[in-house]
Amino acid sequence: MKTVYEKSAGLTDVPLHYCPGCTHGIIHKLVAESLVELGVLGRAIAVAPVGCAVFAYDYFNCDAQEAAHGRAPAVATGIKRVHPDAIVFTYQGDGDLASIGMAEIVHAAMRGENLTVIFVNNAIYGMTGGQMAPTTLVGQRTTTSPLGRSRSGQGAPLRICEMLATIEATAYVARVSVHTVPRLTAAKRAIKKAFQLQMDNKGFSLVEVLSTCPTNWGLSPVEALRWVEQTMIPVYPLGVYKDLEGGT
Amino acid sequence: MARKLMKGNEVIAAAAINAGCRYFFGYPITPQNEIPEYMARELPKVGGVYVQAESEVAAINMVYGAAGAGARVLTSSSSPGISLMQEGISYIAGAELPCVLVNIMRAGPGLGGVQPSQADYFQATKGGGHGDYHVLVLAPANLQEAADLTQSAFDLADRYRNPVMVLADGMIGQLMEPVELLPARPAVDLPPKDWATTGTATSGGRRRVINSLYLYPDQLEQHVHALYAKYAAMEHAEVRYELHQCDDAEVVIVAYGTTSRIARSAIEKCRRLGLRVGLLRPITLYPFPFAAFEQVIARTQAFLVVEMSMGQMLDDVKIAVAGRKPISFYGRTGGIVPTPEEVVKQVQALLGGGP
Amino acid sequence: MAEERIIIAGFGGQGILMIGKLLAQAGMLEGKHVTWLPSYGPEMRGGTANCHVIISDAPIGAPMVTEATGVIAMNLPSLDRFEGSVQPGGWLLLNSSLIPRVPARSDLRILPVPVNEIAQQQGSQRVANVVMLGACLALSRLVQRASIVAAIEEVLGHGKQHLLAINLNALEAGLAFASPVPV
Repeated sequence: MKTVYEKSAGLTDVPLHYCPGCTHGIIHKLVAESLVELGVLGRAIAVAPVGCAVFAYDYFNCDAQEAAHGRAPAVATGIKRVHPDAIVFTYQGDGDLASIGMAEIVHAAMRGENLTVIFVNNAIYGMTGGQMAPTTLVGQRTTTSPLGRSRSGQGAPLRICEMLATIEATAYVARVSVHTVPRLTAAKRAIKKAFQLQMDNKGFSLVEVLSTCPTNWGLSPVEALRWVEQTMIPVYPLGVYKDLEGGT
Repeated sequence: MARKLMKGNEVIAAAAINAGCRYFFGYPITPQNEIPEYMARELPKVGGVYVQAESEVAAINMVYGAAGAGARVLTSSSSPGISLMQEGISYIAGAELPCVLVNIMRAGPGLGGVQPSQADYFQATKGGGHGDYHVLVLAPANLQEAADLTQSAFDLADRYRNPVMVLADGMIGQLMEPVELLPARPAVDLPPKDWATTGTATSGGRRRVINSLYLYPDQLEQHVHALYAKYAAMEHAEVRYELHQCDDAEVVIVAYGTTSRIARSAIEKCRRLGLRVGLLRPITLYPFPFAAFEQVIARTQAFLVVEMSMGQMLDDVKIAVAGRKPISFYGRTGGIVPTPEEVVKQVQALLGGGP
Repeated sequence: MAEERIIIAGFGGQGILMIGKLLAQAGMLEGKHVTWLPSYGPEMRGGTANCHVIISDAPIGAPMVTEATGVIAMNLPSLDRFEGSVQPGGWLLLNSSLIPRVPARSDLRILPVPVNEIAQQQGSQRVANVVMLGACLALSRLVQRASIVAAIEEVLGHGKQHLLAINLNALEAGLAFASPVPV
């Protein structure tokens, strides 16, 4: 029988724990496939965050370290400095990267650490039950912004790609989405490119992936995908914000 | 190798490099800046890496990453910075990673001051971060010992897969003394780092994961029990202390690090006055040398604990003495270093004056 | 000599810490136990600085000097602060270029040294500290002159060999100034 599809060798056989309709699983798959296709799975070292993806170390079929909340870029720095030939990546959510870990991500970028960051932005704290994130949209209701996030007092969402693109030493900064098949294909291209740049010692690369959280958004999986398209993307425009090599 | 006049902070840094440490992550803070400065200057010469982190929080997590990757790694700081590192130290202990931490203590609480202090004893020996864990704590009293203990610290860390702290203070950090640095000599019988993340291609395809997360309580309890079996082994094998002029001592001073030096001067003065005084000097603060007290407790009339704090090691001395003999305490704090003369007065008060 | 306990104090930038380091280095070269302990803190150039040096035949306990056998005061605030720290029978060297008074204590050997003027004669005010070191050597006999010369050579290292001559001249000038004093 002809094999038409199989699970990536970059993933283990451990069943994913993510909620139905959440796109973390798709993003895991894209990262895993990229590592395999680039032939670097055997020298990949993942750094897992605290948040929904805390068990990423069980899913990626490579060595891994679990970091304290927000500290993945610091942990990755330590690993990469010891093993410059390893392909080191962090996989972080918006609370981990854009709130508690803001200093670590900015300074890893500032130093031009030759590592790759997969930044999953779903505009909410998922694992802890739907609290407001720094990326929560204005007006978006969460358990800690029950009336909707207000500009005054809670501020407007942080745009990480736009911010990190201003840092001299970043090699590649792009925002992608996985809510449609064409977007997913483009997302994989960006992730692969980020890893390729690391393999070429070009420095810090970050791919922000807009992701869904049907559970905490209070939407069905299909509605959640539509919410990404209609509500998130206008606030978080997709595209390449920095590319040292030019082009997309 | 000839003796060299060196500053305490530089001795610690040089000893670390001697011990095979090639990675240093840190953040500037007085009075330990000569350590990162030495590392920034010297590590690149031996193929090592120095990274100035954006904070002590980042620094300790870089240590976590590098230790998990299998390297000999060092960070150093002083009290407020060590407080910031506590989260990371708890993770490192939980994930069983070997690394060496240096705390050149200054006075607290809060921003406190920059002068010498020993008020981080509780933090160093009783946890500091969250959860059930211990850091092995070594307290040098002179610079030769700072060199030797720093070198052993890396072996101890590797042997037990546990963080080891060299606990000194601003006086030892800033002091210069002649030191002979031994050539690198890592212990030969250390366990292989077959847990370090190096990429599966180098480990025969077997995945290695560095982690301290155990969501099932029975698994976490089992993990903590395993940690405590390790601590029991340390308590059995790694206790270090010094007894000085205790054979006939009627008063035994208990002091470590800087205050043990002051005690030593005080004892010399006391002996000249005909007062029989000795010194029990813990070198490992965790594991604490409880058993050493049994060697002196029969003869001594009283213990005098001297610290640059309001009385922290005092609690461990109370546990060791267990009410069998009186214990008095003399402490200066805020960055004030007690003088030998002050300590002599305390002894005289205990023994009812000189002859 | 059993134990010499010295305090050296002055403005930051006067080479206070260096006087102490050279004494400690020389003591070490003679096989003695030595310690050198600086004051430290927020003060930098222009602030006050002092260091405590102990040179001893026996292992050294407390490295801070509470009962000094000798004090070098390079400015007036240092004299005010430390003249009472010298034990009876000890010595006190003061920089008379900057210090307008001489202490009244009769239980000490006191020598005012115009180090700035002497240093200027040698070509640079910057070696005033080495002039004082020479005077200290003559007055105290803490270490051998050869040990101090070796210490100066070591501290200057390869990079500053061109400064060796002026430093050695300053040392000799200090020695010469203080030598007529009965020891």
